[in-house]
Amino acid sequence: MWPNKFDYARASSVDEALSLITDDGKYLAGGHSLLPVMKLRLDAPGQLVDIGRIPELQGISANGGLTIGAGATHDAIATSADVQAMCAALASACGQVGDQGVRNFGTLGGNIAHADPASDPPTVLVACGATVNIRGADGSRSVAAQDFFVDLFETALEDGELITSVSLPNCSDCQCAYVKFPHPASRYAIVGVAVCLKMNGGACAQADVAVGGATVKAVKCAGAEAALAGTTLDEAAVNAAAEAAKADIADWLAGDIAYPESYRQQMAGVYLRRAIAAAQG
Amino acid sequence: MSTRIFGSGIKRREDPRLITGEARYTDDIKLPGVLHMAVVRSPYAHANIVSVDSSAAEAMEGVVAVYTGEDIGDGLAGLPTAWLIPDSDLKTPEHPALAKGKVRYVGDGVAIVLADDRYRAQDAADAVVVEYEELRAVIDPEEAAGEGAPLIHDDVEGNIAFRWVMGDREASDAVFDAADVVVSERILQQRLLPTAMEPRSAMAQYNEATEELTLWCTSQNPHIHRFIISAVTGLNENKVRVIAPEVGGGFGSKIPCYPDEALVSWAAIKLGVPVKWTETRSENYLITIHGRDHVQHVEMAASNDGELLGVRATVYAGMGGYLSTAAPGIPTILHGLLYVGPYTMGSVFCESIGVMTNGTPTDAYRGAGRPEATFLLERMVDNVARAIDMDPAELRRKNLIPAFEDGHEVATTLVYDSGDYPAAFEKALAMAGYGDFREQQAAARAGGRYLGIGVTAYTEMCGLGPSQVAGAVGFQGGLWESATVRVTPTGKVQALIGASPHGQGSETTLAQIIADELGFPVDDIEVIHGDTTETPMGWGTYGSRTTPVTGAALAQASRKLKDKARALAAHLMEANVDDIEYADGSFSVKGSPDQAQSIQDVALMAHLAWNMPEGMDPGFEESQFYDPPNFVYPFGTHIAIVEVDAETGVIDLQRYIAVDDCGPQINPEIVAGQIHGGVVQGIAQALCEGVIYDENGQLLTGTMQDYCMPKADMFPNFELGETVTPSPHHPVGVKGVGETGTIASTPTVYNAVLDALAPLGVQQIDMPLTSAKVWSAIQDANGGGS
Repeated sequence: MWPNKFDYARASSVDEALSLITDDGKYLAGGHSLLPVMKLRLDAPGQLVDIGRIPELQGISANGGLTIGAGATHDAIATSADVQAMCAALASACGQVGDQGVRNFGTLGGNIAHADPASDPPTVLVACGATVNIRGADGSRSVAAQDFFVDLFETALEDGELITSVSLPNCSDCQCAYVKFPHPASRYAIVGVAVCLKMNGGACAQADVAVGGATVKAVKCAGAEAALAGTTLDEAAVNAAAEAAKADIADWLAGDIAYPESYRQQMAGVYLRRAIAAAQG
Repeated sequence: MSTRIFGSGIKRREDPRLITGEARYTDDIKLPGVLHMAVVRSPYAHANIVSVDSSAAEAMEGVVAVYTGEDIGDGLAGLPTAWLIPDSDLKTPEHPALAKGKVRYVGDGVAIVLADDRYRAQDAADAVVVEYEELRAVIDPEEAAGEGAPLIHDDVEGNIAFRWVMGDREASDAVFDAADVVVSERILQQRLLPTAMEPRSAMAQYNEATEELTLWCTSQNPHIHRFIISAVTGLNENKVRVIAPEVGGGFGSKIPCYPDEALVSWAAIKLGVPVKWTETRSENYLITIHGRDHVQHVEMAASNDGELLGVRATVYAGMGGYLSTAAPGIPTILHGLLYVGPYTMGSVFCESIGVMTNGTPTDAYRGAGRPEATFLLERMVDNVARAIDMDPAELRRKNLIPAFEDGHEVATTLVYDSGDYPAAFEKALAMAGYGDFREQQAAARAGGRYLGIGVTAYTEMCGLGPSQVAGAVGFQGGLWESATVRVTPTGKVQALIGASPHGQGSETTLAQIIADELGFPVDDIEVIHGDTTETPMGWGTYGSRTTPVTGAALAQASRKLKDKARALAAHLMEANVDDIEYADGSFSVKGSPDQAQSIQDVALMAHLAWNMPEGMDPGFEESQFYDPPNFVYPFGTHIAIVEVDAETGVIDLQRYIAVDDCGPQINPEIVAGQIHGGVVQGIAQALCEGVIYDENGQLLTGTMQDYCMPKADMFPNFELGETVTPSPHHPVGVKGVGETGTIASTPTVYNAVLDALAPLGVQQIDMPLTSAKVWSAIQDANGGGS
């Protein structure tokens, strides 16, 4: 409620933002992850560099794949026709973040930089093979989403680096879905499952699966993917994938006092089955 | 005849200012030169204070002073406990406004910082260095009362603050020994956070010349706050003015007088400048009272053919680190006396043990003792139904007290005022389609779906209450109310009341009572409350008492005015008072309807006093003190239908039916609103709300990210019904309705869920029924899942 004292500067370009940021500074985009922890005095950056109005961070473009500016709001992504066409699971996930007020302010870049393990978009980004594009004092680099999320609230971002955009492959010929079991208090995910299925006739040529919420970070589930690939997604295959997913996340489990790890792990299996059904529906 | 305003669902007159943000709450009031108070709070649940070093804080920019409990010394008396329940060996340990030597819960105040800015005050509070010696903490009340628990107050042996007994133990034992069936359960009434929308706030200003203290604060009972602030500061009561401006909800949490109100008062006197404190939501969850916190061991005796014979319970009630203002009365007087409910059951016994713990102090939270009683009764009735294989609705039907109109004494010694429990019960069952549901349930179960139904029949005691009873049960105050109906020369009405509504819509409801009695347009009536200098004495708004008690005072004051108006009208029209007819705010002479005096005409003439009858005083204003001769006893039946997803444990509340009888409804829209809100809070206890502490007494549910407040999308549209049984002793027949929803809904939904889970072999789950707990119970029962 009463954050510690901090300096504030607003940048009008990425270059300016990179030049303004200090050692104990943080970038401020929508503020819906950072400001609550500052109000609780759980974090006390000495400086905020406001990147919320930088034009080059805005916008969503589609040419072959999707490029989503780091400053795009959850609502903009959820309602984008391009995102809905090329990665329906991401549109769905962004549409389930917080409430409408949060979605109007919160941004994709801010969300993934915060790396809350129970947030929705990271799970889809990991499942769908997204790339995070980053600028720093030393130039630009790109990191696969799977490598970007390192641990609880920990990313591959180095000090002073700034996310500029996120790229996704065109998934319009896939069946994809994000299904979430919301925590009744916070509405963050107790478990969230993203699946992206490439179908060839009646068979699944390739399956991409990621689980979040139940884990310290969004986890790509290779075992579940292998259990689905090459099958007709029959009940036995789906059940095998559900079991495999529970094993895939076993080393990364997270929980809280009300919804412990063991329960979340079981629910990951249930929600994988539901996600596959949703993708096919 | 025009449509009566009594019974009309007119819009709440409070709402325009509330929904446009124009309402003025305590924190909205700005005084020049105000200092902001921040409180250094204990991070430990139980610890000795070794040292406090405030030197760094005092040196910070804008900081005026830092004070500890030692600095205050005798400057503030300890906060009193004001419900001294008799015959219970009650201990009232000292509750200093700032801890002296020892802290007893996380959030206990250790020092205060006064600064010219709220941020600076917080920065300085963070800079106060307190060295603690941590002690073992205890949170569970049963554990705290047991062997080897850490002692929290030296003068409260065994941590037992009181031991209150209701009923005859031997007689109860005899009933249980002879009964065909005895069912038992350990029930956990988990701690709840009241979570009023407006957090607490207090601002004090002291005038050294007049020696007058004004305290603006979030209070449900400013006159009680005045009394206590006078006592702790030593100021004469007539030099203390307490103002409760707009107050954004309370649910009981703004009844007590807390350390914070005393501290701003003390600091304002000490420093000679106004001092303000407003809690954050995090502080609200740490330090504002919690509700419930019972561990109950309950048994019910019945015959094989379904006669309920008796209930008995041992209750460990967690009091927290200190005894809050009304705390001892909640798990005793307001709890045990409800053990009969609407049933013909003849034997009751309750031993309620108040236990000091290292939790936040507990006190009255919506329903206050009565939800905890109704839950255990309804839970046990369902257990009896299972034990004797009788349908739970049939078992209830068989045991309901038959209809009565004027007094029915039950085994707890209460005399219920009026009731027709079977009528409300059958209406609710019909609305729910109970018979058809059992068939649907059987079909669903055959298909692997788990539907359940819960039925609660309840009655409760509210409209607190006769002052003689208050005295007999140790409440350190009266429970009457007073009101003044003042009519201006131009015929506009000011109704001044001692109660202090804070969201209930009473400004509308009470105006409707006056309008109905006197014939003034309802829009010409203002209800004024919340200022001890402007309003007559009253004991506050809680216990579903403002409409029944203040409403009665207003009705009677209005009737006095009407008698005066009738006499003056007769005099002005040169007629005999017996020939005066009254209709819709107009007095006329029988047989000559063209000659008439409106109530406004009469009010003007009473003010002018040019032509008064002999012996009649001028003016148009009457006051009334009203001490209710009995409590009022609303009642009803609630029904919930749920489906449990056995794969996840998620509960889908599909239907909720509530038939309530609160006597004649003054404003059905407001009644419905009270029931909606109450039902939501009660269901939230069943399904999602619950305080969790860790083993060291740290609050783990310290924000709404973890503490699950109910949300609109968790609920179906409620299906409300009513029956109307007037209270025989009340001037307009009304009963309270502020707490009925909370009292009835928790067991209704809980029992519905357990009914759904019955085929899976699940017998009991501690509240709240989170999906994780339901799923685990299903696994443990080894009966379900996929």
